[in-house]
Amino acid sequence: MKDCGALFPGIAMRTKNESELLARQIRIDSLRMTHRAGASHVGTCLSMADILAVLYSGIVRVDAASPLWANRDRVILSKGHGAAAFYSALARTGFFPPSELDTFCQDGSNLMGHVSHHVAGVDFSTGSLGHGLSLGCGVALGSKRANSPVRAFVVMSDGECDEGSVWEAALFAPHHRLSNLVAIIDYNKIQSFGKVEDVLRLEPFAAKWAAFNWGVREIDGHDHAELFRALASTPFTVDRPSIIIAHTIKGKGVSFMEDTVEWHYRSPNPEQLQRALNELTETST
Amino acid sequence: MRTAFINNLTQAAKVDPRVFLITADLGFSVHEPFRDFLPGQYLNTGVAEQNMTGIAAGLAHLGKIVFTYSIANFPTLRCFEQIRNDVCYHNLPVRIVSVGGGLTYSTQGYTHHGIEDIGVMRTLPGMIIIAPGDPVEAAAATLALCSDIGPAYLRLGKAGEPVVHANPITFKIGRALTIADGQDVTLISTGGTLAFTVETSEALRRKQGIHARVLSMHTVKPIDRDAVVRAAMETGGIITVEEHRRTSGLGSAVADLLLNEGIRPSAFRSFGLPDTLHTKTGTAAYLRQFAGNLETEILQVLKHAGFPTSRATQQ
Repeated sequence: MKDCGALFPGIAMRTKNESELLARQIRIDSLRMTHRAGASHVGTCLSMADILAVLYSGIVRVDAASPLWANRDRVILSKGHGAAAFYSALARTGFFPPSELDTFCQDGSNLMGHVSHHVAGVDFSTGSLGHGLSLGCGVALGSKRANSPVRAFVVMSDGECDEGSVWEAALFAPHHRLSNLVAIIDYNKIQSFGKVEDVLRLEPFAAKWAAFNWGVREIDGHDHAELFRALASTPFTVDRPSIIIAHTIKGKGVSFMEDTVEWHYRSPNPEQLQRALNELTETST
Repeated sequence: MRTAFINNLTQAAKVDPRVFLITADLGFSVHEPFRDFLPGQYLNTGVAEQNMTGIAAGLAHLGKIVFTYSIANFPTLRCFEQIRNDVCYHNLPVRIVSVGGGLTYSTQGYTHHGIEDIGVMRTLPGMIIIAPGDPVEAAAATLALCSDIGPAYLRLGKAGEPVVHANPITFKIGRALTIADGQDVTLISTGGTLAFTVETSEALRRKQGIHARVLSMHTVKPIDRDAVVRAAMETGGIITVEEHRRTSGLGSAVADLLLNEGIRPSAFRSFGLPDTLHTKTGTAAYLRQFAGNLETEILQVLKHAGFPTSRATQQ
């Protein structure tokens, strides 16, 4: 594999400790990127850093040296506003040089604020919520009919589940026995303008998916052992799509960003960035 | 047109396994041969156009040439953002097929009138828009879309449209077909108004000796620039004809083109539905009256262009 200065090159299964280091790097990169760009959505990047880190620690079958390898799994970040974290995960696993992360949201860069398929390792652009699960259904159905090993992994947000199109796809996937489709919901309980519980209640959330005939697991979305265990054991039920409801904390890892609506929007100033980086560095030592 | 579409699509799909048809639960008494012969290339998503379009993008990403199918505004307006983001942004070979374009579903009411679809689709970069003028064009367009080109919108009528082309045609996306040649005026039609346009032109020839050029502009985007420019330069004026709102349809496309090219036709008129709501039901012929009277419009254009419209009566 070509060395791109990546911290974690290759597609081999990494250890839990390595995936935790990758998650920390995703958090650090996301903070730096949103700071530098004056961009929003750092809270969502922090909440799903662990999910992405584990996915790219040997769960998804992709090859950074050959991003368009036909039989790769398709990872669709349906919550496209988490672009900074996604780009970081891709750069740190060798899809492109991490130095390019500095161009996030800069003039002329491919690294736009919502996920772009013009970035190595990205198959689908996203940014409008409620699109990804249908894309995943299309990939999974096409793969199944072709007897191909390709799987679709769709990372979704909780607020996204307000969109009716999500439930169109939720009906579709079990009917067509898409056992090669895995959805992961970054359930951080905060959406754009308030707490999910106040804006539009999703609970009983797991029961809804179960009632739609999905194989469902609820886990701690920051516990890498739980993430590995769940992601490595799909499909949970024969002939059914799988959904992991990952309970997370928005802004996870930075005390003053945790569980707040405002850090969906704000970007850290230099002092806040330093405090945040200090916290992340301290917790890892 | 519907029959021409499905028959030709089925034939093409038998030869090319990439061709895939998805419906959002419409196609009763139409799709059965495709569904039954080619179940591996067929899918009914249920009444869920957004999901249909996203799935189409996913399948096209894996190499399929996907036709999404529904009626009137359902496969276009209902899921416009999926078309914009999932299909066009990724430049995927998805063909959106709407049966019942224009006023085809006349008595079914306003919800079923597809009269803004072309305008909406025109806004998308890379989107090819084809509205065949008769079943012969519908068949040819269907086959032309079973290819590697990017996103496309195929706007069909329903069933039983008259055949305008008595002879085989050479169909090329983006190239208008000349139905009749003439220099007095040019009538440019898109979609199912072709037969009506030809009839009106023939009536004017008989009654007033007016020799109209009649073009079937089956491809609204990319529009046939040369045919439009020649019509403006060589004939006494241009009238566009469509079952669509005047705002944003073929008429707008032709006007945009000419003004941007710095060419001013002697006279111009777009014949279509006005920018107003219609609340009464009726047959397509009844509803078309809201667009005005084509013959009158043509005579007005000729008058404006300085054409001696009394010539015929003097003869």
